[in-house]
Amino acid sequence: MSGHSLHSPLANSSLLPPTAPPWRIRRSPAAWMRKNLFSTPFSGVLTICFTALAAWLLYQLLSFAVFDAVWTGGQEECRANPDGACWPFIVEKFDYLRYGAYPVAERWRVDLTLIIGAVLIVWLLWKRAPQRNVAALLFFIAYPVVAFVLLRGVASLNLPVIDTVLWGGLLITLLMSVVGIVFSLPIGVLLALGRRSELPLVRAVCVIFIEVVRGVPFITVLFMANFMMPLFVPDYLTPDRLLRPLIAIALFSSAYMAEVVRAGLQAIPKGQYEAAKALGLSYFTIMRLIILPQALTIVIPGIVSTFIGLFKDTTLVAIVGIADFLRAVETARVDPNWAGPTISSTGYLFAGLVYWIFCFGMSRYSQAMEREFARGHKS
Amino acid sequence: MVRQTVSARRVVTSEAAMAIELREVNKWFGSFHALRDINLSVSPGERIVICGPSGSGKSTMIRCINHLEEHQTGEIIVNGRALTEDFRKIDEIRRDVGMVFQHFNLFPHLTVLDNCTLALIWVRRMPRKAAEEVARRYLDRVRIAEKAHSFPGQLSGGQQQRAAIARALCMNPKIMLFDEPTSSLDPEIVKEVLDTMVSLAGEGRTMLCVTHEMGFAREVADRVVFMDRGEIVEANTPHEFFGNPRSGRARQFLAQVLK
Ligand SMILES: Nc1ncnc2c1ncn2[C@@H]1O[C@H](COP(=O)(O)OP(=O)(O)O)[C@@H](O)[C@H]1O
Ligand SMILES: [Mg+2]
Repeated sequence: MSGHSLHSPLANSSLLPPTAPPWRIRRSPAAWMRKNLFSTPFSGVLTICFTALAAWLLYQLLSFAVFDAVWTGGQEECRANPDGACWPFIVEKFDYLRYGAYPVAERWRVDLTLIIGAVLIVWLLWKRAPQRNVAALLFFIAYPVVAFVLLRGVASLNLPVIDTVLWGGLLITLLMSVVGIVFSLPIGVLLALGRRSELPLVRAVCVIFIEVVRGVPFITVLFMANFMMPLFVPDYLTPDRLLRPLIAIALFSSAYMAEVVRAGLQAIPKGQYEAAKALGLSYFTIMRLIILPQALTIVIPGIVSTFIGLFKDTTLVAIVGIADFLRAVETARVDPNWAGPTISSTGYLFAGLVYWIFCFGMSRYSQAMEREFARGHKS
Repeated sequence: MVRQTVSARRVVTSEAAMAIELREVNKWFGSFHALRDINLSVSPGERIVICGPSGSGKSTMIRCINHLEEHQTGEIIVNGRALTEDFRKIDEIRRDVGMVFQHFNLFPHLTVLDNCTLALIWVRRMPRKAAEEVARRYLDRVRIAEKAHSFPGQLSGGQQQRAAIARALCMNPKIMLFDEPTSSLDPEIVKEVLDTMVSLAGEGRTMLCVTHEMGFAREVADRVVFMDRGEIVEANTPHEFFGNPRSGRARQFLAQVLK
């Protein structure tokens, strides 16, 4: 170990000319099938059986939803057709499913709120959009105020107040999920950090909250929020009947979110904290810039699963008398004017489809994000 | 090819001028006594190499200096500031003390440049432009300027360690701590990191370096500190330490690493 030179040849790796990668060997489709589907007689039989089963199920679904369905006409046609879906029913009830009993003349306000929200969400989530921090400010600070003014109304602005009893349908489902998602992540992060805190009191409060909420069914939390809160809180402080389940859903999901985030925090090596501390960074800077970005990236699938769970759990608010989307389908389904044989099936199929579209969208976005991060820093 | 030779030995004059001062420091992990009555004074600009068998408390000792570990009894004074529980004191000390780790501990989600500017921006409150200028200067200094926009995962081990050294240097610390900076590197890469450290040693910064690279110790160190079982067994000039180790434990250790 003597004679250290300052210019090590090893540090200079840019001398070799780049070579083209070898020609990729393309496999023919037949070869691919032989390898993946028919490698043994047993797997060949399995392939055939499952393909047949899938084809049969798909055929059943398509004949109900498309080939045998009633597309035009009205109540008579639907009553006469026991084999296929009754789409005119959905068309007629479409507005009701979206707005519930929100007054027809004021529904433009719901549309406007949803359009503004959708634009902001796309702006916020689209990776290459410019000025995404402006979008964040607008969405998290300005939008809630705008949405409140538009949806509930302010008499002095010439927007009649619409009682929340009248709100319903997809409006409620989206409201519940967006509020739940927006609040559960930050509260969950705080709970997760609190659970790992060195301060025993903070840790105890967080552990108790998380374990109590996770140990109780969501319906119980809803009932407690709805019926017990008014008993403990004075009348003038009791939140609106819509706000109570909103708080319940945000707190409930944040307990689950906290555990997801904690898993991510635990995956960060101790060296990351030590290097950051040695640089003199403060606790909050370390968390915000070093630990959380890495931890949250690791647990994106868990976070999105929690979001999807939350989205579907919003159907439970019907139990405390709130007319969410599924409740609206339920109400529409029993309309005596539409007493056709396939009305219920059509309604549920449509409900399933709507929920699936939203959940699948979230799932796809999360996968795209994971790929994005994977490209970001793992060479 | 510049050969860095280090000859000046700084003479210990007054206690107040010490860069680091450890007095009767003791530390336990549970019931395990990890540091026993450690006494060590390091004068400004002094370069100290710490060696000793694995598990002898070398890391623990230098990690106590920037409070990554907490000592239980005794005093640690860094640049005239006594290390206490006070958060502000700890932060002040950490601003003056840079650290380089065995496993680099670069932030994998940030580019090399962002790794370097982070503390300048968030601790020194420097504007981003100025911080990037400083960072580029030090990246150039460790000869990986062209990797500024790469992520740590895209660099070789040696490049990562040099980036980590640049990150610590950006804060222009008066004291640099190295905890086995070459121990997780492939043998042929060790040299590029040692070269960087040798050239740093010529800059008058106080350096404490845990390493088993005895060639480096001979060339650069003003003093070699030998630890075993939580104690400082011997502290002497490299010439004395290598030529004439006083304790049997040091002799045994040297016989093993110089084999
Ligand atoms: N966080 C810890 N908890 C318990 N024991 C520890 C911890 N860190 C180090 N030790 C123990 O303290 C001793 C000294 O460790 P260390 O300073 O890392 O040794 P060295 O760096 O000289 O190899 C070892 O026996 C090690 O097992
Ligand atoms: Mg060690």
